[in-house]
Amino acid sequence: MKKIFSRPECLKPTPFHYCPGCGHSILHRLVAEVIDEMNLRGRIIGIPPAGCAVLAYDYFDIDMCEAAHGRGCAVATGFKRSRPECIIFTYQGDGDMAAIGTAETLHAANRGENITSIFVNNAVYGMTGGQMAPTTILGQKTTTSPFGRRSNVEGYPLKITEIISTLPGAAYVARTSLATPAKVMATKKTIKKAFETQLAGLGYSLVEVLSPCPTNWKISSIESFKYLEERLELEYPLGVMKEVTTEKGS
Amino acid sequence: MAAKGTITIDQELCKGCELCITFCPEDAIRIADGLNARGVHPAEYVKQHCRACTLCAVMCPEIAIEVYRE
Repeated sequence: MKKIFSRPECLKPTPFHYCPGCGHSILHRLVAEVIDEMNLRGRIIGIPPAGCAVLAYDYFDIDMCEAAHGRGCAVATGFKRSRPECIIFTYQGDGDMAAIGTAETLHAANRGENITSIFVNNAVYGMTGGQMAPTTILGQKTTTSPFGRRSNVEGYPLKITEIISTLPGAAYVARTSLATPAKVMATKKTIKKAFETQLAGLGYSLVEVLSPCPTNWKISSIESFKYLEERLELEYPLGVMKEVTTEKGS
Repeated sequence: MAAKGTITIDQELCKGCELCITFCPEDAIRIADGLNARGVHPAEYVKQHCRACTLCAVMCPEIAIEVYRE
């Protein structure tokens, strides 16, 4: 019998602290598998967010540096400019990237910093107890929008990936989902593509990953994957929004 | 003929989210009667059905599943 699936080498054998059915754990594994396959382990630096994934450095067996809340892209800019031979990625949630870190993210993308951001969108603030996030969809109930998000009171969901895709500095912008095994495998390919964009020096790359949060959506893990596919993917259509294949002149 | 395989489930890592059971096309996984140290009923492998498609392992958030193919 040949082993065809096991834990990636650059993930420590530490059990994840995430809730049952959480998308973060799946995405950690995908990122680790891509790092293993591209043989980047010695020269990759990750920047975890504030949020549920704040302890990502406990799991990845690579260099990681925690950033202040939302400032992942600013820290990544510093790393990339001082160590251009390294591959730098930020791992950010929707609160980290689309709320407190909007300025840093947009400007890093607009400067065309040669970094990669992995943006986990679960449409809710997970770590702090399920408050409404900028990405919460209309009608979705959270602890701070108990009657469902209303556009006349709480505003509309923020589509930061679409916004970044309009910036000239962004080279690769895509949205994927973790709803089914096929989409999980497509997510892995997309992350690989983003790292390849950075290796080629083309500019800022962003992968938004729609992820389930069964605990704060207050449904079972199986129902949360259905909700992800039936509701969240309607509001946030999947696909590659921007792909630059040739280097621009300076 | 479909490939034959087997899986191992680390029941101490399992949090009982049942995603492997949902996505297994062969109904080769079920919830165990016993509890693990976390106090959840972990998934367990029902032998002789696996065709090593790895869908359970791809969806397992805890990386508790290892897949082997003949």
